[in-house]
Amino acid sequence: MILSIQHLYYLVGIILAITALMTLADKGHTRRFTSGAFWGLYSLVFLIGERLPPEWVGVGVIVMALIAGFGGVGVGKHKPRTDAEYFASAKRLGNKLFVPALAIPAVTVIGTLLLHDVRIGQSLLLDPKNTTLVSLGIGCIVALGLACWLTRETPVQGMRESRRLTDALGWAVVLPQLLGMLGLVFSDAGVGKAVAYVTTSYINMDIRFVAVAVYVLGMALFTIVMGNGFAAFPVMTGGVGVPILVGVYGGDPAVMAAIGMFSGYCGTLLTPMAANFNIVPAALLELPDKNAVIKAQAPTALALLVANIFLLYFLMFR
Amino acid sequence: MIADVSLWPLIGVGVIIAGFILRFNPMLVVIVTAIATAFAAGFGPEKILAAIGTGFIKTRNLPLIILLPLAVIGLLERHGLRQHAQNWISSIKSATTGRLLVVYLAARELTAAMGLTSLGGHPQMVRPLLAPMAEGAAETKYGALPLRIRHKLRAHAAGTDNVGLFFGEDIFVAFGAIVLMVTFLREAGIEVEPIHVALWGIPTAICAFLIHGWRMYRLDSMLEKELGGGRAAAEVAAEQAAGAKSVEAR
Repeated sequence: MILSIQHLYYLVGIILAITALMTLADKGHTRRFTSGAFWGLYSLVFLIGERLPPEWVGVGVIVMALIAGFGGVGVGKHKPRTDAEYFASAKRLGNKLFVPALAIPAVTVIGTLLLHDVRIGQSLLLDPKNTTLVSLGIGCIVALGLACWLTRETPVQGMRESRRLTDALGWAVVLPQLLGMLGLVFSDAGVGKAVAYVTTSYINMDIRFVAVAVYVLGMALFTIVMGNGFAAFPVMTGGVGVPILVGVYGGDPAVMAAIGMFSGYCGTLLTPMAANFNIVPAALLELPDKNAVIKAQAPTALALLVANIFLLYFLMFR
Repeated sequence: MIADVSLWPLIGVGVIIAGFILRFNPMLVVIVTAIATAFAAGFGPEKILAAIGTGFIKTRNLPLIILLPLAVIGLLERHGLRQHAQNWISSIKSATTGRLLVVYLAARELTAAMGLTSLGGHPQMVRPLLAPMAEGAAETKYGALPLRIRHKLRAHAAGTDNVGLFFGEDIFVAFGAIVLMVTFLREAGIEVEPIHVALWGIPTAICAFLIHGWRMYRLDSMLEKELGGGRAAAEVAAEQAAGAKSVEAR
């Protein structure tokens, strides 16, 4: 393939390396050297990560976590424009401002739908396993071109703005990946097996409604701990769903899978472990409470879990 | 009895819950949990480092969607995108915060159900467009908003994007989660059609829309109760007075 996810890793690596250099050169920065080291290490993960021995990467990750954990990632000096300038520019450019913003999703969708099997010569144009992400990368480059043309700015200013927003996000950018890593360590260490063993040995599954409730709530609780419904599904479905709901009570497995996964998603709405959905947006929207998005979602998630118990109970054994 | 299941790795679950409850920095909590879990499973120091390193490299695709759009969004913000989004929504007379979020929820869920999950998202859609519009619609009615309400509306904008995405994408038959479920059940000796799994997701998807849509619809009357009759201006004035005082105190 001509464009693969590896190219996006290089692109992100370069963006982060520039961020690190700009940080080191910024004399007004609150934590100039530790922040520079943090973003520099992170850029190496993308530029040469797959060629380094995994133990070295492990050491690097621990150093990054220590820098972030002890407040070493600060915010640079950024000069905001005045409100009058923002409004004047908004008035001058008007609806044209929406064009580059909407170009990102538009190009991503077009790329995903139309360029899936396009070949140039012998090789596929896009990485077939990562068509959406590669299309997103192309969309961002196209949109950056459009934005520069529209605003008469240079890509260098784009890099400055990227650093401004990366600073606003801080270490929260790295958290989803760190949690993804933790999920893999959990499964290597056999955490899933241990939890399934504990739940199935200590709860009475002789009442059908209890078994349904255990499956639905177990999917949600497991997702809250692991941060990911995909990690919870094999554990709860292997431990409770297949042997008891399908095996003992003869329920419909398609209904079980569909509603079970959705119960996991209710857990995703409730957990700081799902950082990319819950913690990153709180940072991105500059909310003082890291858990504000979870609090906004909690009533929906809890009501939906109750609805799921009844839906599964009535639809699975119809 | 399955006697060969080691319960020691469960220490990891305890560490992470305790860490989050005690509000330590999440980066530290996660790395300490990873080390503790691997240690409890009997890994040696080198194997622990290697497990952390390999896991971190394997999950490099996760931050792409956050980091790649930042340059474009930042440039557009510098040129007034958020202000324009607010102006635009206030030019639509019938737009209220609640109605806006209900319409967005419906659009997000329906497009995700057709596989178009990349049409929304926090960096590309919520920060530059949806959140400013939600605030703008309330500002048109009540004037300047207190910070407390501003933050609440932003959190609801982010939450609505999540709910629409989660409960839409899973009824799209070619979505990865459906493939994962069908593959797992096949290995357990059960054959199901992917389309059946997708279809049986629809009742929950409808419930999600009704529950969350109703909550967002009610947001308008909540705003009226909190901000109506000049309460917005009073709270903003109080906030500014408190802000001025804390500056003096320094």
